[in-house]
Amino acid sequence: MSDRLGVRPKMSLLTRFRSDAGPGNLKRTLTAISLRIAQTLPVLIGVVLISFVLTRALPGDPAAYFAGVLADEASIAETRERLGLDRSVFEQFLLYAGDLLRGDLGISLNTGQPVLTDLAERLPASLELTLTALIISCLIAVPLGVWAAVRQGSWVDHLCRVLVTAGVSLPTFFTGILLIYIFYYVLGWAPSPLGRLDFIYLSPPHVTGFYLIDSLIAGDTETFFAAARQLALPAITLALFTLAPIARMTRAAMLSALSSDYIRTARAAGLTPRTVRYRYALGNALLPVVTTLGMVFSFVLGANVLVEKVFAWPGIGSYAVEALVASDYAAVQGFVLAMAVLFVLLNLVIDLSYALIDPRIGFGAK
Amino acid sequence: MSLDRRTFLTTATASAAVLPLLKFLPANAQDGDTLVVVTGQTINSLDLHRTGTNRASYQVAVNCYDRLVRFGTKVLPSGDVSFDYSVLEPELAESWEVSDDGLTLTFKLNPNARFWDGSKVTAEDVKWSFDRAVSVGGFPSVQMRAGGMSRPDQFTAVDEETFTVTLDQPSKLALPDMAVPVPFVINSAVALANATEADPWAMEYLHQNPAGSGAFRVARWDQGQQLVYERNDEWTGGPLPAVQRVILREVPSQATRRALIERGDVQMSFDIPNRDASELAESLTVHSTPIANCIHCVALNTSFEPFRDPDVRKAVAYAVPYEAIFQAAAYGRGAPLWGGPEEISDIAWPRPFPYATDLDMAREHMARSGFADGFEVPLSISLGLADWMEPTALLLQEALGEIGIQATIDRIPGANWRTSALVEKSLPLHLENFGGWLDTPDYYFFWAYVEGNLFNSSNYRNEEIESLVEATLHMPMDHPDYTGNVQRMFAIAVEDLPRIPLYQPALNVAMNGADGYQFWFHRQLDARSLTRQSA
Repeated sequence: MSDRLGVRPKMSLLTRFRSDAGPGNLKRTLTAISLRIAQTLPVLIGVVLISFVLTRALPGDPAAYFAGVLADEASIAETRERLGLDRSVFEQFLLYAGDLLRGDLGISLNTGQPVLTDLAERLPASLELTLTALIISCLIAVPLGVWAAVRQGSWVDHLCRVLVTAGVSLPTFFTGILLIYIFYYVLGWAPSPLGRLDFIYLSPPHVTGFYLIDSLIAGDTETFFAAARQLALPAITLALFTLAPIARMTRAAMLSALSSDYIRTARAAGLTPRTVRYRYALGNALLPVVTTLGMVFSFVLGANVLVEKVFAWPGIGSYAVEALVASDYAAVQGFVLAMAVLFVLLNLVIDLSYALIDPRIGFGAK
Repeated sequence: MSLDRRTFLTTATASAAVLPLLKFLPANAQDGDTLVVVTGQTINSLDLHRTGTNRASYQVAVNCYDRLVRFGTKVLPSGDVSFDYSVLEPELAESWEVSDDGLTLTFKLNPNARFWDGSKVTAEDVKWSFDRAVSVGGFPSVQMRAGGMSRPDQFTAVDEETFTVTLDQPSKLALPDMAVPVPFVINSAVALANATEADPWAMEYLHQNPAGSGAFRVARWDQGQQLVYERNDEWTGGPLPAVQRVILREVPSQATRRALIERGDVQMSFDIPNRDASELAESLTVHSTPIANCIHCVALNTSFEPFRDPDVRKAVAYAVPYEAIFQAAAYGRGAPLWGGPEEISDIAWPRPFPYATDLDMAREHMARSGFADGFEVPLSISLGLADWMEPTALLLQEALGEIGIQATIDRIPGANWRTSALVEKSLPLHLENFGGWLDTPDYYFFWAYVEGNLFNSSNYRNEEIESLVEATLHMPMDHPDYTGNVQRMFAIAVEDLPRIPLYQPALNVAMNGADGYQFWFHRQLDARSLTRQSA
């Protein structure tokens, strides 16, 4: 009865998941997940095909580019042959697809390394930056959005609006340079914006590729703080940019939740405003926020190339742009494929979290 | 634990063997023995011979490997130190001689020269390295051919310390071509140990693991981030570098690089934009050296109808707003190449052409041409070179509009630029920036004025130029015909104008706490001469 009214049983997120996951349920969830992954295979095949065709359709001749500064006709032809570009496009695709099946993404001409190695080096750098930025962003944006919704029209609401407008309207490279100017150049608080670590530190032994985590695993707090200091400015830059959609979405979702029937019922039932707001309203409002978060994450990961350039961050965005400029086919294709895989996984995680947040959304049913 | 590491760090010499174990470079790294350099370019290989190695990576060949000979240095009137094309100094070769017929070059190697692993540098190593340079194809092989070296059978290791090169025809370019970065000498034993049947030249190994005898070794290379040079204390190729370690950090953003050098957290910012150079010159030491044998020019494609008309070409040459372009695109850095004397009395190159901005003259020539009513033409620029091409194109567009030529600016992405401008030569009106490594005018003419050659993006053909260049390219500079031939080439180029020179660009380097910068024709960092300036 209470369910029909919309007031859900009081359960923490964890107990909700546990009650759902009986032995039969767990098995069903696992089957559903593997089914979901199987469903993404056609998508990935499509991505492979499209990225292959698009890179070939781009203007620019990698043979002419890589033959070097003084290349003449003969040496360009020589280079073309060496790169296997003299074969027919169909033949090239079969070779590429065969390599892919063996887990080989090819060799990047630009860096001379296997694309897989390049991605393994650069993806963690981008992920570390993006995730830190999103955590900062959520820590500010979600409470701000909630507060703005609860105190609609108050100064908090206005502050939220100003922050959000500033966040989206200032391009990231501008915020980045501004922050460098203030905190590094004028005040001298921030370390030299020289990438992931200042030159007096050496990177921690590679475990996850996340310097913050790796340095902790190695028990090296000095490197940890050095990496954190380097990370601060670029992460704040990116956080300011991602603040806007998250705060706006939280505020809107909270507003619609607060004006819904079940909240009125809950209030009428005499629950404290606190319980109503944070347990019932926020719990329901989280769903669109998580969706937005997923979109923002996927967008920012590929688009933070400007922040990477300003802070000399060796991330995946600048890698892709450099590869594109040089018509480095293998690298571009590898990047697109890696992103596609990442988004597939991300969507899976988001769908799983839906089921956690709202038990009415059964994962198996999807 | 932390105390242990400290003591360890202060006692340990940061040799390449220990370096990977360190978590920090020694705490005193900043004082005296380490230099930090920032650059906007990225090093993508430690092996210049690899297909796809970019320009910025040539510096590894310079700093980590030796050649048989190198160019000397001279002090320019501006006070900057530059390479001196007319002087050759020993590097690995102790002495060398050229046979009377000019066909055989014999080099005596320095018997004390050692590779990093302690093994002796032998003539066999030199032969293997030269064989590699002419065999791998692409840029290294083309550059070797410029000096008349194209086949392995031209190189002989006579004995352990004697190496000869046999040329097919005598050439003044052969010896200088051994001083460019390409023919560097590799430790062939190390390379061969890592070669495979599919990869006989050990391209994959040397790409990441240099094996040379040079002044620096690579202590650390984080691709896309930094390269750390560590001095080789056993170096015999020249005076030992003054600094122990040079850290090269890649910082793509100009604004960030500028903040770093202004704050003094780095000692050198390599290849800074002209604008920063002119602004920083007031507070820091800025070296702006005109790049030898390099010209920024407007190229008129002679396979495009209106530019076949000599009057149209002259009209353009008189319409170009030279001074405004020089100020807007180069911030006055470099050397002007307009308003020179009519008479050609020397063989200085790049030289000012005798044209200056004169719209009346331009209109007069237009009226006399077959296109008195004007015409439309795309003006193509490369987005990769937009920093100077964009302002130049805008000013040019405006000026051409004054004489009835309606130019629309066509921005071509960097990857496509080479193909359309240089390989297909399909751009009617465009900007071009060729610079020759070997610093003689005839070498420039060979690449930029001879039909079919890469940098002749104007599709220019002149019978006399063809035969003059062929006769002069390998002719010694003290040959009685040399000066006359070169001056005749100048006269034809000035009259025919397939390329209209704008200015000679400069390479700008800012220093804050470092000294000893030398300009080199390859436009990359030569770390060997750098010193730390006591603050």
